[in-house]
Amino acid sequence: MNWNQWLNMGGYGAYVWSAYGLTAIVLVWNWLSPLLRRREVMRKLKSWYRQEERLP
Amino acid sequence: MWAFFHKLASPKHFYRITGSWIPWLWAVTLLFMIPGLYLGLWVAPPDYQQGDSFRIMYVHVPAAWMSLFIYVFMAVTGGIGLIWNMKMADIMAASSAPVGASFTFLALVTGAIWGKPMWGTWWVWDARLTSELILLFLYLGYIALHSAIDDPRTAARAAAILAIVGSVNIPIIHYSVEWWNTLHQGPTVTRLDKPAIHPSMLWPLLLMAGAFQVYFFTVLLMRARSELLWRERRARWVRELFGNSAGTTVSNTQSNSDKAVT
Repeated sequence: MNWNQWLNMGGYGAYVWSAYGLTAIVLVWNWLSPLLRRREVMRKLKSWYRQEERLP
Repeated sequence: MWAFFHKLASPKHFYRITGSWIPWLWAVTLLFMIPGLYLGLWVAPPDYQQGDSFRIMYVHVPAAWMSLFIYVFMAVTGGIGLIWNMKMADIMAASSAPVGASFTFLALVTGAIWGKPMWGTWWVWDARLTSELILLFLYLGYIALHSAIDDPRTAARAAAILAIVGSVNIPIIHYSVEWWNTLHQGPTVTRLDKPAIHPSMLWPLLLMAGAFQVYFFTVLLMRARSELLWRERRARWVRELFGNSAGTTVSNTQSNSDKAVT
């Protein structure tokens, strides 16, 4: 079996690869969004503690 | 064993213990996913009825299983939080909701992509598809309700009740292909007698299901760890880790966070 045949997926290539592509997007999103959330929490924590120090 | 779980219920210990788990969980996820993809996309022979389109099954079925599993996980942890007023349980329930919603979305869309060449239509309003769509709305409703209420305890309680009430939908989704006459095919793996699928096609499915399962716990822990830091911002251990008086930058504390708390 060669590469082109494999990518063609017996004529269902567009369906198979779009399903797998979408899966990849969802998996990457679920991995990146906690990382971004962590950065946001770090930033919020910093400003929260800073504000707290300013209060008497 | 119980002492270990008891320790995990404390945010401070949870944060410390789970920090070292995440790289290992990623490794296990890949250990399942790479052979699963190789066997599923390359080794397994085309189906005698569906040709190569059946390979969509290896992402569609694990995503659909996870959409149900995560919902049950969310309802159970939400219930634990409701009964014992446990903060960690609510953090787990709230952190699992977006992951569950994304898997439900994935199951619906990959199902539509599979349905088009096999059934001739992207969508039908049959029992299986409709109940899975309701599941997506339950997840979205949970997320919206949880974020709409400012007080974290009230938010946790209201969202947990929604999750528990909504769990009646879970058996409906599971049995929908048996109770109603639907276009969706019946179960091939979870049958009481022998599964109606050849081992060369079953193995990649089991590996992908395992990969999705471990992946869920990995991203769940990542989410939960940030969430608990914010909710515990008044606690001394978070202050010591990330407070300005500690004089450490964010990037420093991030890499040392697991060793710093002892």
